[in-house]
Amino acid sequence: MRFLHLVLANLGRHKLRTLLTTASVALALFLFASLRTVVTTLDAAARFGSARRLVSTNATGIVFPLPLSYANKLRAVPGVEAVTWANWFGGRYGDNKRFFAQFAVDPQSYLEMYPEISLPEDQKQAFFRERSSAIIGRRLVDVFGWRLGQNVTIRGTIFPGDWTFTIRGIYTPTDAVINDDMLLFRHDYLEERVGRPGIAGWYVFRIDDANHAAQIARTVDGQFKNSSAATKTGTEQAFNASFATMWGNVSLLMGTIGLAVVFAILLVTANAMMMSARERTGEVAVLKAIGFSDRIVFGLVMLEAAAIALTGALLGLGGAKFLYKATNFNAAGFLPGFDVTTSTLLLGATVALLLMLASGLVPAIRAARLPVVQALRRVE
Amino acid sequence: MKIPLIYNARSVLQRPMSTAFTALGIGLVVAVFIGMLALANGFRAALVRTGSDLNALVLRRGADTELASGIDRATASILAASPHVASGADGRPLVSPEVYVLVPLTRRGADTGTVANVVVRGIGEAAWKVRSNIAIVAGQPPHSGRAEVCVGRKMAATFPNTGVGQTLHFGGRDWTVVCQFTAGGSAFESEIWGENEQFMPVFRGEVFQSVSFRLKDPAAFEEAKRALESDQRLTVDVHQESTFYAEQSQVLGRILQVLAFLVTSIMAVGAIFGAINTMYAAVATRAPEIAVLLTLGFHPLSVLLSFLVESVLIALVGGVIGILLALPINGIVTSTTNWASFSEIAFSFRVTPGLLLAGLVFALVMGTLGGFFPAWRAARLPVVQALR
Amino acid sequence: MALVEIREVDKTFQRGSERIDVFIGLTLDIAEGSFTALMGPSGSGKPTLLNLVAGLDRPTRGSVRVAGAEVSAMRPNQLAPWRARHIGFVFQQLNLLPVLTAYQNVELPLLLTRLSRKERDERIRLALGVVGLEDRLSHYPRQLSGGQEQRVAIARAIVADPTLVLLDEPTGQLDARSSGDVLQLLGRLNQEFKKAIIIVTHDAHAADAARTVLHLDKGRLIERQGAAV
Repeated sequence: MRFLHLVLANLGRHKLRTLLTTASVALALFLFASLRTVVTTLDAAARFGSARRLVSTNATGIVFPLPLSYANKLRAVPGVEAVTWANWFGGRYGDNKRFFAQFAVDPQSYLEMYPEISLPEDQKQAFFRERSSAIIGRRLVDVFGWRLGQNVTIRGTIFPGDWTFTIRGIYTPTDAVINDDMLLFRHDYLEERVGRPGIAGWYVFRIDDANHAAQIARTVDGQFKNSSAATKTGTEQAFNASFATMWGNVSLLMGTIGLAVVFAILLVTANAMMMSARERTGEVAVLKAIGFSDRIVFGLVMLEAAAIALTGALLGLGGAKFLYKATNFNAAGFLPGFDVTTSTLLLGATVALLLMLASGLVPAIRAARLPVVQALRRVE
Repeated sequence: MKIPLIYNARSVLQRPMSTAFTALGIGLVVAVFIGMLALANGFRAALVRTGSDLNALVLRRGADTELASGIDRATASILAASPHVASGADGRPLVSPEVYVLVPLTRRGADTGTVANVVVRGIGEAAWKVRSNIAIVAGQPPHSGRAEVCVGRKMAATFPNTGVGQTLHFGGRDWTVVCQFTAGGSAFESEIWGENEQFMPVFRGEVFQSVSFRLKDPAAFEEAKRALESDQRLTVDVHQESTFYAEQSQVLGRILQVLAFLVTSIMAVGAIFGAINTMYAAVATRAPEIAVLLTLGFHPLSVLLSFLVESVLIALVGGVIGILLALPINGIVTSTTNWASFSEIAFSFRVTPGLLLAGLVFALVMGTLGGFFPAWRAARLPVVQALR
Repeated sequence: MALVEIREVDKTFQRGSERIDVFIGLTLDIAEGSFTALMGPSGSGKPTLLNLVAGLDRPTRGSVRVAGAEVSAMRPNQLAPWRARHIGFVFQQLNLLPVLTAYQNVELPLLLTRLSRKERDERIRLALGVVGLEDRLSHYPRQLSGGQEQRVAIARAIVADPTLVLLDEPTGQLDARSSGDVLQLLGRLNQEFKKAIIIVTHDAHAADAARTVLHLDKGRLIERQGAAV
């Protein structure tokens, strides 16, 4: 582009101004990308789950348990291949500043149900063998500095007292559906200490054919409708989705803030462009007198706006993507899988484009329409 | 010699577009600042108001939320007989044992896939007197023995079938709504209340989740706490009601605050950059005037202050714009899940005078930071060059 | 056919409610290879005439032909390329873009052509050589004296080998010495390189350098001195 050096020279005229404006654009787009990623992460979490796994909870509410006897009954339902269950433990560790999920599970069936929980075979066997053992997600090693073989003590809230587990396994999730910061221990350990026959928080079962999901769910719910605990069965996706919606109006909030941010920066950029343009009317006149057409002059101004927008976009959007990836950010467990998606980057690029148009258009049109004669008029 | 303010005012008016844009930019930052903190405020306030310094809340030892707790009837009776419990006008102890569960309900206008976990609280007659600021605003309290419930005002706004006379369905049964109540804007307004005896067989059987009571001597809370916790017949934790609920707002409240500061800081940097740009340009265009002022004998410090004041003035206008933008959101009701208690809570945005002031101060800071270096340059302008 | 043919040109400006007639029925020719100075008091319309010839402005009535082209009738989008090809313009001040070096300033008209970078480079060096500033290629305008700036402007005006070079008070801001240099240069351009030059000036020395002097007053040509044709 033979005119590129003109554009760059103009930007270099007020290096500080160009720097500040570009930095503003970068900051705004960084913020925009971050806010939008909160929304996309929650959305994505709502879509985690295998199409062949169903979850049954107590129809009265998720906080109510289901009898363990349901396990066999579920296995007997046609189309059901395997059944497992889990209990929410809800304990506190240390100063309780970092939340993480703890579940009491039936080891063999749970790990079989979730091949996404991947850990070395010997660790798996240790978990199967030792009653007071637990397996933890890889992230907890970083967060708390826990090691294999270490004893950790968790204070129970629902199940009172101090609970000590020995870490016998560290798992790595092979799919985002599984959080990388859970602690899983054994259901029989829970049962033994509580001293009462156990209960299940919820059931997870695998079916033979994803297309039968709705039908099987209906069958299951129908079966337990008049029992002590009626069930509500749905796909794993629906189960996860219901958690995401608990955030309420977050999407709206993030969206509104994002808009405000973009608009504010638009003002900054447009202002800077206008100031630059105003200072250069004389030079534009000279260019036109030399023979630069209105169209070329228009293009030069737009290119200037584009250069700022593009640089800002690269820094801001690229920076966000890189930063969150590099720091493995997940908002202390609240937003697992926090990653700037391609759609967000594209949307950010569109915003940058709009920014460029909005800030550059008026000065560009002004320059194109500049009546050379007036601009060149000098005092006689 | 002080440079007259009218000079700045006139100069500002001479570049209306630039000034307007800068002011508006600062205004937006202030608006977002106030808005987000109002959200955090509202959430905190709702929870803080839920508890009173006059009351104590008893949970099973180790339980950190009402949901995780379980207190049997025997324990409840022992607590009721305690000398630390105040008595009402009728001589009966002001003690309220309560069932606490969460039930899934669909919000108004949302599809059935999205549920919120709403608090259903079992109460006795005493609850209306023990819990603070409760006032029935529509209908009558539930009749004993009937499947009747009362609904908090905010909950009524966000969920369907909550008008007096309508029917709610949860726990596998139908419940008639017979009244609506307010509770000083606290978390109770997001709850459904009904008779303990009606809820027990439906949910968890013959066990309460909490017992709250009015302290006979609120100043002697620590004493009451020690006495009850060391009582051999009981395994309980005694919390000051106000502290307990305030702590429940910690996590989410802090998140909202941190988010507010993060977002507005980043925006502020952008707005300051905008102010810097504007002021530098102003200084550049007015270089000849500045040179004249300096030649006339105005001290460079006066010039610096003059430009600084100009920048601050623009920022103040922006601050006022921001306040005007943010004010309308005061009182808007929104809801979310308080992860600490896993329950749905509705609350209003809460814009306080303190917040508005903070916004204004924030604008002032942005204006000062943005205007400082340009003002500095104006003061140090090489006169000869400028007058050429 | 003369290089520039101006026929019955009227030019009127509206300034608010005031109507200003700059030219009424102006008719004159400017010959190929001539060196013409336009002189006259303020308000006599000298720069306006230059603008009309360059196609920067349109007459209210009448026609302006330059090198056979009816400039006054061209459409706006034709004028710019035409001007790039045929006209070299030097203003009284603010000719050069302060953010570009002398080299880059001179290059500007060539960016509108299809010449390769190497070809452009040749011509730029040539032009700067003609004005005697080949050693100032990479200097920015702020590093040049007033006279040097004007010479760079002239280099830019000739680099694309235009049909006509127009200068509006080129020595107006210069001291006697620099003025002399510039006028000498213009003389060389005209005699050695056969460039047709029209300059608008107050400067009597500039008038001396020219071979034809036209006096304008109140929009009329009142005197003509020097060589004809």
